[in-house]
Amino acid sequence: MRIADVRSAAASRWIDVRVRENMAQDVATIECSPQRLRQVCAWLFAGLGCAFGGLVVEDTPAAWVLRYLFYGPTPGQIHVVTECAKPSETVPSISVEVHAADWHEREAEDLFGLVFEGHPRLGDFVLHNDTWPEQVAPMRRAFDPTARPPYPAPDDAWAPLRLVAEPGAFLMPVGPVYSGITESALFLLETVGEDVIRIFPRLFYNYRAIEKSAEGRTVDDALLLAERFSATSAFAHSLAFCRAVETISEVVVPLRAQALRVLLAELERLRHHAAAIEAICDSTALAVATSQAALLEEDLLRLSGALTGHRYLFGLNVPGGLARDVATAACREAAAAAADVLRRLRDLRQMVRFSTSFLDRIEGVGAIPEVAARTHGLVGPVARASGIVRDLRRAQPYAGYERLAFEVPQETAGDGYARLLVLFAEAEQSAALMRQSADQLSDGPVRVPVRTASGAAFGWAEAPRGATFHWVRIGEDGRLERYRAVTPSFINWHGLHLAAENFAFQDFPIILATLGLSAAECDR
Amino acid sequence: MTTWVWKGLSTPVRTTRYPAAPDDTPGTSPGRPAGGAVSPTTGADLIARCPTGALTASDGHIVVDPARCVHCYRCVRGVAHPIGWESGYEWARATSGDGQPSAPLGRAFHRSAHILVVDAGDCGACLSEVKQLNNPYYNMHRLGFFITPTPRNADILLVVGPGTANMRWALRKAYDAMPTPKRVIAVGTCASSGGVFTPSFASGTGIHEVLPVDVIVPGAPPPPLAILHGLLVATGRAAPAERPTAAANGTVAR
Repeated sequence: MRIADVRSAAASRWIDVRVRENMAQDVATIECSPQRLRQVCAWLFAGLGCAFGGLVVEDTPAAWVLRYLFYGPTPGQIHVVTECAKPSETVPSISVEVHAADWHEREAEDLFGLVFEGHPRLGDFVLHNDTWPEQVAPMRRAFDPTARPPYPAPDDAWAPLRLVAEPGAFLMPVGPVYSGITESALFLLETVGEDVIRIFPRLFYNYRAIEKSAEGRTVDDALLLAERFSATSAFAHSLAFCRAVETISEVVVPLRAQALRVLLAELERLRHHAAAIEAICDSTALAVATSQAALLEEDLLRLSGALTGHRYLFGLNVPGGLARDVATAACREAAAAAADVLRRLRDLRQMVRFSTSFLDRIEGVGAIPEVAARTHGLVGPVARASGIVRDLRRAQPYAGYERLAFEVPQETAGDGYARLLVLFAEAEQSAALMRQSADQLSDGPVRVPVRTASGAAFGWAEAPRGATFHWVRIGEDGRLERYRAVTPSFINWHGLHLAAENFAFQDFPIILATLGLSAAECDR
Repeated sequence: MTTWVWKGLSTPVRTTRYPAAPDDTPGTSPGRPAGGAVSPTTGADLIARCPTGALTASDGHIVVDPARCVHCYRCVRGVAHPIGWESGYEWARATSGDGQPSAPLGRAFHRSAHILVVDAGDCGACLSEVKQLNNPYYNMHRLGFFITPTPRNADILLVVGPGTANMRWALRKAYDAMPTPKRVIAVGTCASSGGVFTPSFASGTGIHEVLPVDVIVPGAPPPPLAILHGLLVATGRAAPAERPTAAANGTVAR
């Protein structure tokens, strides 16, 4: 359904909603009362089959402004906006109708101190209850982000929620300090012996509050946060941030910079996928395959370093283009090097596909059915392995992807093996896209000057782990008033239990590896 | 299964010769700003551009504090007179709270040192570079460094990330559970000084707020060879880098 059709359909359904269109940004904004919110969101999510992109809460002097982002399989976005007048701190919950909004509401409850009426489970989330005093609400405008609270000693009385009440049931905590080289997260596994019956991930050990820290910073300084909260997808996130600023300031990025951005974004995706494949091989103790994939990852890190000066592509994206040019010949060589990596990746795929000991551990393990993936709004390779063909490069084209030919790989089984095959297939597409964008490189500047305007917009990108949306609001003084990053790991951790429950303990590391999620990217 | 054996055997040895010989393969290290003599106006411009206060002026020179540098490249890109840039990776520096370098672990640890890695709010870059030490290019096992699953067996606590509020207690507990003698390595600019995330209510100015730190490896992220240098410094097998001063900062044109 096109944006213009959504407008007329919404206006004819309800007389008390206002629909505004922003043709330049291809956005329809539906303004409704808090009482109407649930119906409107349910209609978009269940009725029209739109994906839920994220919730942005803004603290204005008179009201809490709640903005719900929906996007469809066709280009264009729908924002549902509702205002809840202060001083009330109670706002409506849509998570019964739109289950994908569940964690967004839990986060807003924790960080803004709002009560989402009708939400089934609030409480201990970002700010761990055993560490933080209950009344802390850091995302409110009045909160000073630089003031360090006295950290109280952890509350030993804190105990995780338990659901399994069978005789002999016990809870196995895994984390946040690990046996290997792993990001911090705590997994509470409930079991009566062999199988994991319930799993509660306790995340946000890496919570650095980048969204709060960005407030009051200049665009350039906030960009550092956007780029550095998740280094394994730094280029995608800095790209999404820069695109938000470019939309607000109405800047068109030069063609050469667009092609370079695609090249570098695909280089990052290829490197991420090589690392993810390595992690999957490692989780099943397939040592030679792990080493082979590790060689590929390091080769791609070295390629990134030699090409741009930084192994994780830091310091490249700026509003208006790129901070430095990369020689056309070097880009062609990089595309050729990526093709060589791809050739070795294909060899690896052929070998793992016929390793029965490996397939026994991964086939049929951690399956996520398509329906569940849809209700949880999962994104990225995880969703595409469960039969949901949704890729922002195709659904919401940006940075010149509409001019490039590529496929969106898909599997339907939804298990760990399907996720592995999607990673391999996407790596193929990334190498091909690098080649195409290297061939398309035109001469010209890579950066245009940006006069930062005030306003607000979403910027987005298909990060290696899936869709990311960055909401940026810039004030009259050129400093950020609100920054919100919806990340694919945050979205997909919400669906962890779909894959991990009712499998044996020893499958848990494998299931985690096939999901390939990042705590840093989730926690921000 | 034989195909894997053949695959492994037929792959040539790729392992670096470091520390026996230097390794300057392109892309292994991003290098870092080197400071040096500059005109007063250029110096003031560069210092104003640095977001984390890593640059200071001293006697006609720019001095770089690597423990604050976040590799934003603002002092080299888009400026008329970019700062000097140096290659290399032997960046690990011995440190301690009282200003005296702490003693490295003794000979008993030269062939076998066990490491516990803790993520205290890392963005993933430093952790990824630590992980690369296990790949065939760097292969830290050949030097007697092993990752251990439990603090009870650990000699070295390797920490990445600025030390978030939510991780402080877990980090402290892990340290307290380690037997002595033990050493703490702070890997990365965030673990050394907080990086771009400080000042903040949720994240510290480095893990020295929580633990006594013996070695810092600056960089955002430090490349694997720099982390390897840090491990060698902590065990007394390599000389630490000097603290930067105006005199020690050479200029290397880029």
